[in-house]
Amino acid sequence: MVEYHIDRRSGVATYLQIVQQTKQALRLGLLQPGDRLPTAKAVVTATAVNPNTVLKAYRELEREGLVEPRPGLGTFVRRSLARPEAAADSPLRAELAAWADRARAAGLDREDAAALVTSVLDERFRDGGTAGATTVESTNGENG
Amino acid sequence: MTDENGDIAGSSALEATGLGRKYRRGWALRDVAFRLPAGCVCALVGPNGSGKSTLLSLAADLLAPTTGILRIFGHAPSAPEARARIAFVAQDKPLYPRFTVADTLRLGRELNPRWDQRAAERVVAEADVPLAARVGSLSGGQRTCVALALALGKRAELLLLDEPMSDQDPLRRRRMMGALMAEAAEHGTTVVISTHVLAELDGVCDHLLLIGDGRIRLAGESDAIQSAHRLITGARDGLDPGAGGHTVVERRTTGRQLTALVRSATAPVGDGWIVREPSLEDVLLGYLRSPDAPPLITAGARASSRDVVR
Repeated sequence: MVEYHIDRRSGVATYLQIVQQTKQALRLGLLQPGDRLPTAKAVVTATAVNPNTVLKAYRELEREGLVEPRPGLGTFVRRSLARPEAAADSPLRAELAAWADRARAAGLDREDAAALVTSVLDERFRDGGTAGATTVESTNGENG
Repeated sequence: MTDENGDIAGSSALEATGLGRKYRRGWALRDVAFRLPAGCVCALVGPNGSGKSTLLSLAADLLAPTTGILRIFGHAPSAPEARARIAFVAQDKPLYPRFTVADTLRLGRELNPRWDQRAAERVVAEADVPLAARVGSLSGGQRTCVALALALGKRAELLLLDEPMSDQDPLRRRRMMGALMAEAAEHGTTVVISTHVLAELDGVCDHLLLIGDGRIRLAGESDAIQSAHRLITGARDGLDPGAGGHTVVERRTTGRQLTALVRSATAPVGDGWIVREPSLEDVLLGYLRSPDAPPLITAGARASSRDVVR
């Protein structure tokens, strides 16, 4: 089960915050296929947001194929966003850690390194790269 | 958006045509026309004395209109079909001070055929109001909770709440809103909450009704109202914010800088401007500061033709 935290000053639309937090939970494995999302009633009782906002967020997740409503039972997770390629013991992470060590040894501080990473990501993920397929392709492309 | 509107567009919870109310000192409401789809949660916003309470009192049948018609689920406010379906929490919360909270809920149970004791008790418990306490000994905020418990216990389809959060501490406000939203989620209740502090209702309302000086200034879905406006900034000289044929709601100058709130749904604003999407509060303030700006009533909030209402 997840718990949503709505930040009313963030400027991000409330329904989008629910979508993003659900995806984050899917990425981290806090939600797995078959798990039930909290009911709209439970969410609004805890957060005092409009129920239509919660339903809109769930519809968006459904449109992306991440969850499915089962009438009378609730909304259930269909697929996970957790990627074995991004796990703590993955080769990709090890390469990045080695790179970070080299950057540090070369005298870059944290902000320099972050700026460098961001600029490379901007360059390589120019198409947005949020959808599963495109991200995997460009990652493979870099490896090969 | 269209599918969710399609669901609720069928019936109106509240619909006004040519509605007006005159007091001895003048018109409190004038030429008010709008519709509120059933199932929405609507913020009724406006400065003090703008006519919010008058509109709610007309809907609750505590006042009769001077002109025009108001319909509640298609019925006149005085019709039994309408009165059974609405609950009104007035600003002064008329409760019996010598009754205990439990007595008050019991009275609600005796007077209302569709009474939901669990819903009423849940609100009182959420707000930490002891059932044995006399209503007269409660704080203003606690009394509001008892009034809200009565309204929710009535299992009304349209809840009219006149500034219910103004005397609540932040924690209780959050709990009351949570209880209210849970009710709306479970039963599809239509809720109208008046306030002069929109920030209080941030994230709560999907519809908005702005009243200024007795007239409707904005009516419709909050998203649609917000996205129909742009906040543009540029140099004062040589630029005309209305050049693209936009309606300029408000323009202000600071030194050489000109800031304008324009109504611009699709058309580009033109070169030389920095364009931002305003917050809902920016839009409201723009309209309140410019009493002459033309009102905006979205398609979904327009009253249907008069012959249907009649």
